[in-house]
Amino acid sequence: MTQQLIFYPLLLQMLLAILLMFFWRKINIQRVISMLGSIVHLAVSIGVFAYVWNNGTQTVQAGSWEAPFGITFVADTFAMTMVLLTSIAGLAVSIFSSGSVIGDRLRFGYFPIFHFLLLGLTGAFLTGDIFNLYVWFEIIIISSFVLITIGGEKAQLEGAVKYFTLNFLASMIFLTAIAVLYGLTGSLNMADLANKVAAVENRALVEITAILFLIGFGIKSAIFPLYFWLPASYHTPPSAVSAIFGGLLTKVGVYALIRVFTLIFVGDVFLDQILLVLAIFTLFSGALGALVQNNIRKVFSYLIICHIGYMIIGLGMFTEVAIAGTIFYLVHDIVVKTNLFMISGLVYRIKGSNSMRALGGFYANYPMLSLLMFIPLFSLVGIPPLSGFWPKISLITASFDSESYWSLAAIIFASFITLVVIAKLWAEVFWKDATEIPERPKFRYYHKIKNIKKVQIIVPIVFLSLVSLYIGFGAEHIQTLSTRIASELMDNQQYIDAVLNPQITK
Amino acid sequence: MEILLAIIIGVLYAAGIYMMLRRSLVKLIIGIILLGNGANLLIFLLGRITKGAPPIIPEDSKVFLEAYADPVPQALILTAIVISFGLQSFAIILVKRAHKVVKTDDLDEMNATDEDS
Repeated sequence: MTQQLIFYPLLLQMLLAILLMFFWRKINIQRVISMLGSIVHLAVSIGVFAYVWNNGTQTVQAGSWEAPFGITFVADTFAMTMVLLTSIAGLAVSIFSSGSVIGDRLRFGYFPIFHFLLLGLTGAFLTGDIFNLYVWFEIIIISSFVLITIGGEKAQLEGAVKYFTLNFLASMIFLTAIAVLYGLTGSLNMADLANKVAAVENRALVEITAILFLIGFGIKSAIFPLYFWLPASYHTPPSAVSAIFGGLLTKVGVYALIRVFTLIFVGDVFLDQILLVLAIFTLFSGALGALVQNNIRKVFSYLIICHIGYMIIGLGMFTEVAIAGTIFYLVHDIVVKTNLFMISGLVYRIKGSNSMRALGGFYANYPMLSLLMFIPLFSLVGIPPLSGFWPKISLITASFDSESYWSLAAIIFASFITLVVIAKLWAEVFWKDATEIPERPKFRYYHKIKNIKKVQIIVPIVFLSLVSLYIGFGAEHIQTLSTRIASELMDNQQYIDAVLNPQITK
Repeated sequence: MEILLAIIIGVLYAAGIYMMLRRSLVKLIIGIILLGNGANLLIFLLGRITKGAPPIIPEDSKVFLEAYADPVPQALILTAIVISFGLQSFAIILVKRAHKVVKTDDLDEMNATDEDS
């Protein structure tokens, strides 16, 4: 039975989504099921994570078809960390959605689709088969298309057209890459591919395939110059949806990039150079983009792009220290970005606007809430000892070690600009005198909604803030975790053996 | 046969991407459909085309005796067709709604998301 353990997070999400469909119009029941289910999911994920942490990489062959012929599910420490983060963010957003998304939107199957999205994410992290990864990606994007359009406002639909087109294009490029890879090697199992790609004679074709993967995943993870869909769409849906998108959707692209470039296409100097250059440009363009925006959610959208650069830059340097920095940053970023978009939702609930120019006087009127918002905002900047600081140490050390001074400059420049952006936001929204915003007649302001809704909005923000405080103050634990993941990723033979020769590793 | 297919795939990809780059929403859908079909044919081609050799082991044997058609790409295509079919139908509905709400089918006029608010 323990062998099937890694399926549990996956199955649980699927059961939740199906169960929720039976209560299509009863949104109060859906709220309860979604929240309780997410709590159970978190508990299960912690359990499976602990099991994998103690017993090493676990694999399951679906339908007992031996690898490389069947579909393999692999739970190594990296995959389980991502699953755990998914359920943390999922729980927070599930509660937050109950409080902040209006009933008219919830009635169109919001919660079932939300759990299908989490199902897709969990599956994408656990699978060890490249075509299966494509299928999970499709589940993710189809669910995200529905979530981004629920409500059908003008801006939402326009954003959705752009979001749809580029994500579809990314999927097709990913599919093309799989086709070429299958033509080259005749295999789809990632561990088997790692062996076979290394043996392919025609290196030029391998490099082209790698570039196709880079473009496909690059669009999904919004790296330079493929990020334009993100700031055009992420601020349009309700902030609960932006929160789960901002926290996890781009990160699944980063996960796929890390997986593919540490397992299948390894040790190619040319590719590492490309990754490094793209990462530097991503850092610069995201940071500069955030500087000029006025809508808070657009600022955060550009900061997502900027901070994707930190993860890609670590991958590009490709040393153990750098990868550890990347993983640490990923852990920190998922929690903080989810929280930031929830905060933008809270600000919107209170004032009815997300424009920095119009907002003001938060610190004078809501001192406790402001202190709460301080935590994720300044975790993002990386003021020590908050969480964003620690991964940058690894990344900066790594760029000194590999004498990559451009990366060093980009890392420091981007964190400086992030500081400027957040300081500007703090000054505009929190310190500036409150300005009169004309009251919107039908809008459900924070002071008008029921207390239970207030709790549902505040609790997830507190929860994620506590998690990011833990990441900051318990940095040693996360550092141990990311170092272990990095050493597993750098030595891809471990992964290959766990999939192809399970007897040896057991 | 391979060369013919390769040309068709190239044309489908090129036409699909060209259509996606146009400003009209309807052409966007056509582009999506062409691109999806191109990708499916590419998988089919790269699985190597073997004519008249189904992957069935003869009754009196335990292994394959001669070259056979690889069934995996066909399973992949089947999956990909279903997925792209779902995506295309979503795209049609999305474009219909967008056209109704925004009252234009010109992508250049869809700039409400870039407005400063």
